[in-house]
Amino acid sequence: MTKKVILSVKNLKRYFDVGRGQKLKAVDGISFDIVRGETFGLVGESGCGKSTAGRTILGLYNKTDGEVLYEGQSIHDMTDNERHRFLKKMQMIFQDPYASLNPRSTVYEIIAEPMQIHGMYKTQEEMRARVNELLEDVGLNRDHANRYPHEFSGGQRQRIGIARSLALDPEFIIADEPISALDVSVQAQVVKLLQRLQREKGLTYLFIAHDLSMVKYISDRIGVMYLGHMVELTSSKQLYDKPLHPYTEALLSAIPIPDPDIEESRERILLKGELPSPINPPSGCVFRTRCPYAMEVCGELKPKWLEKEEGHFVACHLHDEETLKRTDAVREVVGSS
Amino acid sequence: MNEDENTLKKNGQGGAAVLTKPEAAGKRKQVFSEVMLSVRDLYVSFRTFGGEVQALRGVSFDLYKGETLAIVGESGCGKSVTANTIMGLIPEPAGRIKNGSVLFKGKDLTKLDKSKMRKVQGVDISMIFQDPMTALNPTLKIGEQLTEGLRTHQKVSIGEARKKAIKLLEVVGIPNPEERMKQYPHQFSGGMRQRIVIAIALICEPELLIADEPTTALDVTIQAQILELFEEIQERTGVSIILITHDLGVVAKIADRIAVMYAGKVIEIGTKREVFYTPQHPYTKGLLASVPRLDLKEEELQPIEGTPPDLFAPPIGCPFTARCPFAMEVCDRIYPGTTDISVTHAVDCWLQDERAKKLFD
Ligand SMILES: Nc1ncnc2c1ncn2[C@@H]1O[C@H](COP(=O)(O)OP(=O)(O)O)[C@@H](O)[C@H]1O
Ligand SMILES: Nc1ncnc2c1ncn2[C@@H]1O[C@H](COP(=O)(O)OP(=O)(O)O)[C@@H](O)[C@H]1O
Ligand code: SF4
Ligand code: SF4
Ligand SMILES: [Mg+2]
Ligand SMILES: [Mg+2]
Repeated sequence: MTKKVILSVKNLKRYFDVGRGQKLKAVDGISFDIVRGETFGLVGESGCGKSTAGRTILGLYNKTDGEVLYEGQSIHDMTDNERHRFLKKMQMIFQDPYASLNPRSTVYEIIAEPMQIHGMYKTQEEMRARVNELLEDVGLNRDHANRYPHEFSGGQRQRIGIARSLALDPEFIIADEPISALDVSVQAQVVKLLQRLQREKGLTYLFIAHDLSMVKYISDRIGVMYLGHMVELTSSKQLYDKPLHPYTEALLSAIPIPDPDIEESRERILLKGELPSPINPPSGCVFRTRCPYAMEVCGELKPKWLEKEEGHFVACHLHDEETLKRTDAVREVVGSS
Repeated sequence: MNEDENTLKKNGQGGAAVLTKPEAAGKRKQVFSEVMLSVRDLYVSFRTFGGEVQALRGVSFDLYKGETLAIVGESGCGKSVTANTIMGLIPEPAGRIKNGSVLFKGKDLTKLDKSKMRKVQGVDISMIFQDPMTALNPTLKIGEQLTEGLRTHQKVSIGEARKKAIKLLEVVGIPNPEERMKQYPHQFSGGMRQRIVIAIALICEPELLIADEPTTALDVTIQAQILELFEEIQERTGVSIILITHDLGVVAKIADRIAVMYAGKVIEIGTKREVFYTPQHPYTKGLLASVPRLDLKEEELQPIEGTPPDLFAPPIGCPFTARCPFAMEVCDRIYPGTTDISVTHAVDCWLQDERAKKLFD
């Protein structure tokens, strides 16, 4: 099977004006490709720019710089007609199923709305049949169609959100923390549902989350973000077996494992301090204020995005032989003067 | 553990990160023997438009001095209501304690009048909530909020209270505490706010700390810092902790014992090892199988299908019947009694019945 790139994100930036001429660099130059049929996980702590990246990719936000290509076409330079067609192919699922569902609409209206906007069906019967089919696809039933969102549990509401996102038969779904607000046992239900739908409908997912355990479980490849930057990208297996970036290492180490023996004998890298402001990010490597290995060069030079092994990218001076050589030089100069 | 040791030592401030290695296993395996809180047969209901929600339906457990008891279970199972009942925070008249008692230092907290209860709340028992913003007053400086409790409950002088507050801010890891005392909650990040809430909860040196999902709203690296802080504080002060969480990883890290709740009942309780390694209740087993494990390769996730029962009309039998792969006829009709598996481990399930054991052998 050949791997076909469906989405290509190139040096994407999205800044927000926050007054007094200041810019908040929510996304500051990220690059990655997503292959048709895969699940690409985007992880990082809150505020690192995951949602902004997702929204900019969908074109809900303008880009500040860079490019987003969907099947080769720049999504920020589409005509209205092209955009209308594009929005049928790419859909988004949100974290809070309650906030994203209109409380005054019935489940039927919620799921049928995008179909009406896009004039998908000629008759009411066809549309109702399709809504019923979608309800069954997501593990609900047609009796639920005439109820209101508040009558459902969190997990069921997320199922309604998923049904709505499937209304237009999309091929690509951006799921922005779709399970973060749910109970663990329900999270597993929704993740299994997303996996089944992917198999049945050949969907491609951009799965955004801060919970690495679940992301590891569902993703083929994972990109790790920190303060608007992507710091590491590789297969989900490689990321856990052989993380290269100090931030990835710390993140993995911070996640408690549900096993007392392991948890009690585990060494943990405890990061000090908190996220710096994206309005005034640190110079050089943005992680350097919390990095246990920070070197002089880290404050001076932005680390390059290097492919260390096939498909394993990292941005860290520790993994850049060229700068490492230079650092030694710098140290020697400093030491001898 | 020395219970008089209330002086908290300063946090080590070092580089950007520290590598922590747990001390020799067994450090936290001391035997807890002195019961400090006894919850007995609690029934709590709420009147709503839809009818009466039977939130707690006979909750009993003991809390030992110096231990951390974790309460786990799906949302709506009654964890917060249990905590709020202990704290005297059930909103009346909609909410009502219909039966049961909360014994603390020989007093039944459910029988105390409001002013006596307020004293217990401020001094003996403190509570930390999920969202630090709800616990902080946005219009008051951090310093004032920290010293308020000390000054009203313990009649400490302003200077004394300030000193103690600054010291505690240092303990919970707030840099430049003197400067920070003058700032307002919005000037702090989420993680910092939760540290302040913890400092406020600790300032009167409570014997019991109830933390309701204290790290749920925080990022993992910050959560790791806060959990470390809990352990450190407990080691130094001997405070007992009731930790409510849905994160079994967190439980594995810091609990001594675990109570598993389902539909308003404690359905299994035991030491951390008993509950993790020899769970007896099918719901507990299901819960453990539904969490993804970072450290394991390709294991299959096993969600618990279905949803918990409606607490407007809870089943008379075992509430897990509709979702239980082992359900028998009796389960639906009669609630199973409590079986003691060991001195520390108890479960409510018909599978413990000798006749059922034969059936499944
Ligand atoms: N509409 C906006 N205006 C200004 N700042 C924003 C806006 N949306 C997000 N931000 C800021 O951008 C940064 C990244 O936010 P977000 O993309 O939501 O992160 P994440 O989804 O990873 O939590 C944060 O600092 C956030 O405060
Ligand atoms: N103030 C209230 N009014 C009505 N119902 C309530 C109230 N507080 C809690 N409940 C109900 O009591 C049950 C237990 O809730 P809670 O203890 O908050 O669950 P959790 O385990 O998620 O903390 C739920 O069904 C909830 O809807
Ligand atoms: S570049 Fe330097 S500061 Fe950044 S992660 Fe690597 S070692 Fe740490
Ligand atoms: S009592 Fe019956 S239904 Fe309930 S958990 Fe045990 S076997 Fe399952
Ligand atoms: Mg987000
Ligand atoms: Mg709760």
